[in-house]
Amino acid sequence: MTRAGAAGVLVLVALCGASLATGVADLSAGGAESVDTLLISRLPRTLAVVLVGAGLAVAGLVMQTLARNRFVDPGIAGTEQSAALGILLATLLWPAAPLPATMLAATLAALAGSGVFLALAQRLPPTEPHLMPLFGLIYGGVITAGVTFVAWHMDLLQYLDIWLNGDFSGVLRGRYELLWAIAAMVGLAWWLADALTIASLGREVGTGLGLDYDRMLRLGLLIVAMVSALTVVVVGLIPFVGLIVPNLVSRLRGDNLRGTLPWVALGGAALTLACDVLGRVLRYPYEIPVGTTLGVVGAAGFLALLARELRHG
Amino acid sequence: MIEIEGVSFAHRGTPVLRDVTVSLPKGGLTALIGPNGAGKSTLLSLVARLQPLQSGRIAVDGMPVDRTPGRLLARSLTIMRQDTGPVGRLTVRELVGFGRFPHSRGRQTAEDHRHIDASLERFDLGDLAARGLDTLSGGQRQRAFVAMAFCQGTDYLLLDEPLNNLDPMYGRQMMRHLRDVVDGGQRTVVIVLHDINYAAAYADRILAMKDGRILADGTPAEVLTPDRLEALFGYRMEVREFEGRVHVLHHGP
Repeated sequence: MTRAGAAGVLVLVALCGASLATGVADLSAGGAESVDTLLISRLPRTLAVVLVGAGLAVAGLVMQTLARNRFVDPGIAGTEQSAALGILLATLLWPAAPLPATMLAATLAALAGSGVFLALAQRLPPTEPHLMPLFGLIYGGVITAGVTFVAWHMDLLQYLDIWLNGDFSGVLRGRYELLWAIAAMVGLAWWLADALTIASLGREVGTGLGLDYDRMLRLGLLIVAMVSALTVVVVGLIPFVGLIVPNLVSRLRGDNLRGTLPWVALGGAALTLACDVLGRVLRYPYEIPVGTTLGVVGAAGFLALLARELRHG
Repeated sequence: MIEIEGVSFAHRGTPVLRDVTVSLPKGGLTALIGPNGAGKSTLLSLVARLQPLQSGRIAVDGMPVDRTPGRLLARSLTIMRQDTGPVGRLTVRELVGFGRFPHSRGRQTAEDHRHIDASLERFDLGDLAARGLDTLSGGQRQRAFVAMAFCQGTDYLLLDEPLNNLDPMYGRQMMRHLRDVVDGGQRTVVIVLHDINYAAAYADRILAMKDGRILADGTPAEVLTPDRLEALFGYRMEVREFEGRVHVLHHGP
């Protein structure tokens, strides 16, 4: 491992330590109770944050690669909102649905949502790269409006906040294990890294190099939809991770996914952990949901990215 | 051999190619010339299966392009198009290395690295190898994409206006490299050219296209006659012979 890589892993380990040590219950007393707190609450929460953060960052990278645009991610372009719509519909039609059924509904809705987004986004002129995030914001906003309208009608508004604002405080042992599927999706993205980089050069170059472009598109959408659906089902919508981290990594390390994907995963985990820990200490002993802290940190970062890109043409 | 048989193609109802039948044997440099909208690029993209065939048949070394797995075809045939669209932060070496993708699927072997080094050297990209594509000029980027196509090591190279963006020095160098590629190995180059005189100087065979049909097919001396050029481009050009090569004076007042 390079020196930079070692430093990155050290930062992540330090953040994991901070996450394990931060909370209302005091672990310094030791004893069986402290071990229980650690194993039932703190460790699952930390693992969930790492999995979700890494997964969303990689999903953002995959989406940007397929859309050939740096300014989209599952959070702003409607994928996570679509997953929430899927959960809402599943809740309405089958209130006692087991978790796998809800998960399936969320995944299918996320697949449809991101598929429609990419199909529509391809009609945008490639000479105007800033139209795509604007279109994504509107598209995501329309879906959110639909979700709110249905929830309001069905008297389910109080649930809405759970899905639309991500929060790790409810994560306990036995209630987050589904998230390990995100690790499989990150693995799939790593396996496809070269093909994804080639796909970023466009359909024609990809086809010329013997890439089955449509298959690549389907697998990429599967990664984006699965990660988004798992995230929304277990912890709720988390914004901006998929946008900011791949952009920063691209600036520092380039766009060859074989080399950058581990950095994107690591950066996503670190940023989400930092914001989750921040949310836990800002109003201690109360918590600010990670969706809110990331929303503030992320929006500022996103604006800075856009401004920089505009200035440099 | 590339066999094209009875190929017609329409884009949103407008015919682009009308019943084109032609075969290109292995080896040699063939230039496609003709006015804008003649169907040259479309013909090339159909051979490279970038668009689905609407009617007729195309086969490369006996492999029908619409039914052969893309990966298999990518070891026999490659294409470079004129507009590659936005490129990310990849180095020239990384891009050229993707030419080995059909062979190694990303796990590059020592032989792959040999091919990459040879391509970089041949297209004079050694000094630029570590540079990002986003920092290059249009002409340099163009050379990098041609080097990638060359690195693919295919028997057939299809190039759609590779001289765009190149200054006279690099334009001439590109044509000389392609000539070497044809003469040195058993490779076949099919190239869309706008400058008739490059075709006259470097091609073994010229296919002249207009309105979706092949108007003339033969050696430069056979195709580049004042009558044929007038039929192609709609005005009279003077044709001179100089040191055994045909020269078309097409730019006079």
